Amino acid sequence: MKISKETLRIAFGNTKFKVGFVIILIFVLWAMIGPLLTPFDSMGYYPVKFGERIAPKPSLPSLKPGSVGEIFTPQGAVEVKHYLGTDSFGRDIYAQLVYGLRSSLFIGLIAGGLATLIGLLIGFVAGYKGGWADESLMMITNIMLVIPTMALLIIIAAYLPYRGVGIESLIIGLTAWPWTARAVRAQTLSLKRRGFVDLARISGMSESKILFGEILPNMMSYVFMVFILQFGGSILAAVGLDFIGLGPTRGMSLGIMLQQAVLWNAINLGYWWWAIPPGLVIAVLITGLYLINTGLDEIFNPRLRRE
Amino acid sequence: MLKVNNLKIYYKTPLGFVKAVDGVSFEVKKGEIFGIAGESGCGKSTLVNSLVLRKPPMVHMGGEAILDGKNIMTLNEKEYRKIRYTKLSIIPQYSLNALNPTKRIKEIVRDLAKEHGYKDREEIENKLRERLKMVGLSEQVANMYPIELSGGMKQRAVMVVSTLLDPKLLIADEITSALDVTNQRIILELLYSFIKEEKIVDSIIFITHDMGLLDKIADRIMIMYAGKVVEIGPTEKIINEPAHPYTQMLLNSLPRLGISYREIKLQEIPGEPPALLKPPSGCRLHPRCPYAMQICKEEPDMIKIGRNHFVACHMYRG
Amino acid sequence: MVKNIQAMSEGYKMSGIKRYLMRKSLIYALTFVFAVTIDFIIPRLMPGDPIGVLLSRFATLPDVANYLHGYFIEAFGLNKPLWQQYLSFWNAVLHGDLGISIYYYPKPVAQIIREALPYDLALLLPSIISSWVVGNWLGAYAGKSKRFDSYLMPIFYFLQASPYFWFAIILAYVFTVKLGLFPISGAYGYGVIPSFSWTFIKDYLHHWILPFLSLFFVQLGGWAIGMRNMIIYEVEADYVRYLESLGASERLLMKHAFKNAMLPQITGLALQLGLIVAGNVTVQVVFSYPGIGYILMQGIMNQDYFLIQGCFLVIILTVLIANFTIDLLYAFIDPRIRYSYTEEGA
Repeated sequence: MKISKETLRIAFGNTKFKVGFVIILIFVLWAMIGPLLTPFDSMGYYPVKFGERIAPKPSLPSLKPGSVGEIFTPQGAVEVKHYLGTDSFGRDIYAQLVYGLRSSLFIGLIAGGLATLIGLLIGFVAGYKGGWADESLMMITNIMLVIPTMALLIIIAAYLPYRGVGIESLIIGLTAWPWTARAVRAQTLSLKRRGFVDLARISGMSESKILFGEILPNMMSYVFMVFILQFGGSILAAVGLDFIGLGPTRGMSLGIMLQQAVLWNAINLGYWWWAIPPGLVIAVLITGLYLINTGLDEIFNPRLRRE
Repeated sequence: MLKVNNLKIYYKTPLGFVKAVDGVSFEVKKGEIFGIAGESGCGKSTLVNSLVLRKPPMVHMGGEAILDGKNIMTLNEKEYRKIRYTKLSIIPQYSLNALNPTKRIKEIVRDLAKEHGYKDREEIENKLRERLKMVGLSEQVANMYPIELSGGMKQRAVMVVSTLLDPKLLIADEITSALDVTNQRIILELLYSFIKEEKIVDSIIFITHDMGLLDKIADRIMIMYAGKVVEIGPTEKIINEPAHPYTQMLLNSLPRLGISYREIKLQEIPGEPPALLKPPSGCRLHPRCPYAMQICKEEPDMIKIGRNHFVACHMYRG
Repeated sequence: MVKNIQAMSEGYKMSGIKRYLMRKSLIYALTFVFAVTIDFIIPRLMPGDPIGVLLSRFATLPDVANYLHGYFIEAFGLNKPLWQQYLSFWNAVLHGDLGISIYYYPKPVAQIIREALPYDLALLLPSIISSWVVGNWLGAYAGKSKRFDSYLMPIFYFLQASPYFWFAIILAYVFTVKLGLFPISGAYGYGVIPSFSWTFIKDYLHHWILPFLSLFFVQLGGWAIGMRNMIIYEVEADYVRYLESLGASERLLMKHAFKNAMLPQITGLALQLGLIVAGNVTVQVVFSYPGIGYILMQGIMNQDYFLIQGCFLVIILTVLIANFTIDLLYAFIDPRIRYSYTEEGA
C-alpha cells in the first residue's frame, strides 16, 4: 500500500498524531534497548555465577530509587545501582518494568493483531455476503458484544491449568474481535454500494479478489486505526487479568508487578516506586495510542479537524 | 433589491487560494426570478452561499453585496443574524439533510422564530400549518419528524420553513437536483406561486445547472464559468440568442424535444473546466473556446449588447 | 385521508419500537443462554479431573471432602448423561441455586453474592451516572471552546488510558498514606455493624469515597472525549448549517447539536458497561471492598469454582439488565427508532 508524501506531510502536521507517535516510538525503543542496559533478569534478580551454574539472587529489599544495593556472590559483594529501587523481595524495579513493557507490547501486538484479523474476516463476510450469513454472524457478534470481555476472560483463564504469555494473547484475541467485526461490517456495507465494486463484479472478478483487491485497500486507514485500538485494549485487558491473578503463572509483567505491590502492601508501607511506575507506563503508553488514533481520525475525517 | 459589485470569494487551502468567485457583479430586482446557471464548479453555489453564511475556509476577499442599503459582506454578526431569515433566506442544496432528525418540524420552526422575536407559539404554528397546506402537505406534517417524510415532502417542508418569515430575497440552491421529474415540476410551480401569486417573497435567486428549468421559470439569467460571469440577460435572449460561446455550448449540449438525435448531434463541450487555484489568464474559457483569438488572453469587460443584455467576450468589442 | 395517515403513523410507531425491543430481547435471551452454557461447559472441557482437583484442596479436611464429594456427584450429575447434567444445571440456576462456596464453606454462593451485591450497586450506579453527566457536560464545553479544549483534552486522554486499579492505587497513596484522610480497606471499620444507622452510613461513606472516585475519574475521561468529538462532528452537520443560515444564535445551535450528540453517548454507555464492570472488579481488589469484584478475586485465588461460576452469571445478568434498560430508554428518546422502516445492525 502506497503512502504518498502528501499523506505523511498531513499526518505529521497533526499535533495529536505527532505526540502520540513520539510516545510510542520512545516506548518501543525503550522496550528493545532497555533490557540490554540492565544487568538484572526479567524478574529483577541478579544472575550470580556459581561455578558452572547461574542462580538468580535478590538485592537488598525495599530500596528507594537511585540507591545502591548489594549482591552477595562467591567473588564477594557486588554493588549495583537501582534506578527505580527494589521491591520487598529485593528485585530491581527498573528491570521488571522494562521486561514487563516488552511483554505488554508483545501481547498487544499478538492479541490485537489476532482480534483485528478475526474481526476483519467476520466483518467482511457479514457485510459483503449479506443475507443469512450476515444475520447469523451478527447475532453471534452481538451476543459476544454484550458479554463483558473481562468476565469471559476470567471464566476461561480461571480453568486453565497453565498460563503463559502466548495463551493469554490467544484468549484475549479470541474475545476482543466482536467490536472490530461490527465496525468492519459497517464499512464494508458502505463500500459495497460504491461504483467501483459493481464494476469489479461485472468484470467477473472472483469474490475474494474483490474483497482483498478492491474493498480492503480502501479500508486500510480504518483498519489501521482499529488495530491501534485493539492493540491498546489488549494491553489493558492483559494488565487487568494479570492484576487479579489470572495472568501468566510464571514470570513478571506490569500487571503482575501491580498485583504484587498491592498484595504486599506497598502503598501502606509507602513504597510508591513499586506501585506507581508500572501503571504510569501503561497509562502513558495507552495515552500515546489514543492520541495516534484520534490524530488519524482527524486526518482522515476532515470534519473533525480543529486546527 | 440586491446589488453585487465585483465580489471575490476565495477558499483558503493548504495549497493556496481557490478563486471560486472572482469578481462577480450583478443585480437582482424586486419581483423577479433571477436564474444563475453554469456547470459544476463554476462558483454559483459558492456565490449564493457566501451571501448567507461564510464559514472557513470560505473567505471574503473583496467586493460588496448591498441588500436593502447595507453591505452584507461587512455586517457584524449580530446585525447579520437579524437579517437572516427575515430579509434573506435560503433553501439549501442539502435540503434533504437540512432538518434536524431528532426534532419535529414545528419545534424547529418554533426555535428559529423565537430567535427573531416571534415568541407567540400559536401564531407561528398556525402560520406553519397554513403554509404546509399551501404546498400540498398535510397539516399533520408539522408534528412529524423528518424521517417520516419522503424526499419530495422534505423538500417542500424545507421550502415552507425557509420562507415562513416572508423573507424579501429567497435563494433556491439546486433545489430540484435530487428529485424526480414530477416532483421537480411541483416544486417549480410552488416557487413560482410563492413570488408571483402569494407574494410571500419579493425576489428569488434560482441556482441550477439545468437550463431547461430556467427557461420555464426565470425572468433573467446569469451564466457563470470558472468563477466569473460570462453573460447576463433576459431569459428569451439568453435561450434564443445566446451571445457568449460558452452559453451557446451549454445550450447545444442539452437535448431538445422534437429534434431527433440523428439529425442534430448533441455537442459536448470539449476539454475541462480549469482548476481554480491558478486559473488561465484573461478570459477563462479561452483554452477551450472554438472562437479563441489572441486578445482572449486579456480579461474581457462586460459589454452591453442589448437592453439589459451583457456579455463578457472580446468578440463583441466595439 | 389525514385520518389514514394518522392511523398509519400510529401503527408504524408501535411497530418500530416493538420490533426494536423484540430484537434486543432476543439477543439478550440468547446471550443469557450462551453465558449459562459457557458456565456449564468450560469446567468440563478443561483437561484433568475437576472433582479430583477440587477435592485435593481439601485433603486436610476429610469431612468436608466427603460431603463435597457427594455434593459434586450430585451437582455435576457425573453419573448422568451430559444433556441431563445440562438440564439440571439450568434447573439449579433458574431456582437461584448457585452451589455452595468452597472458600466460604458452608455458605451458599447465592447468599454470598446477595450480600455483596448492594455494595457493588452503591459503587457502580452513582459513579456511572455522575461521570456520564459530568463527563458529557465537560466534553460539550471542550467541543465548543477551543482554548478549554487544548488544556483539558490531554487530562481526559490520560484519565481514560489509566487502568482503573492503578488510578485507585494513586488515590490510595495520596489520600490514605500521605494525607491520611480516607481508609484504604473494607466498606466499614472494624467493630461497626451494617445497619441503617447514621454511624454506619457515615463510616461507610468514608470508606466508599476513594473507590467511587477511582471509578468516577477514569470513566469521566472517556465520556468527555466522546462527547467532545460528537459535538465537533455535529456542529459541522448540515442541519446546524441550515439553522445558522436562518439566523440561529450560537446558543440555539449548541442546543440542537447537544441533543443529537448525546444519543450515541447513551448507546456508548451500554457498550462501555462491560469495561466498567471489569474496572469495578479491579478497584474493589485494591480497596478490599466487599463487592462482587472482591469476592470473585477471593474465588480465583482460592480456586473456588462455584464462587467464580456464580459471580460470572450474576455479572452477566446485571450487564444484560442494564443493557436492556438503556436500550429501552434510547428507543423512546431517538425518534428515528420509532419511525425507521429499515434496521441497521442492532
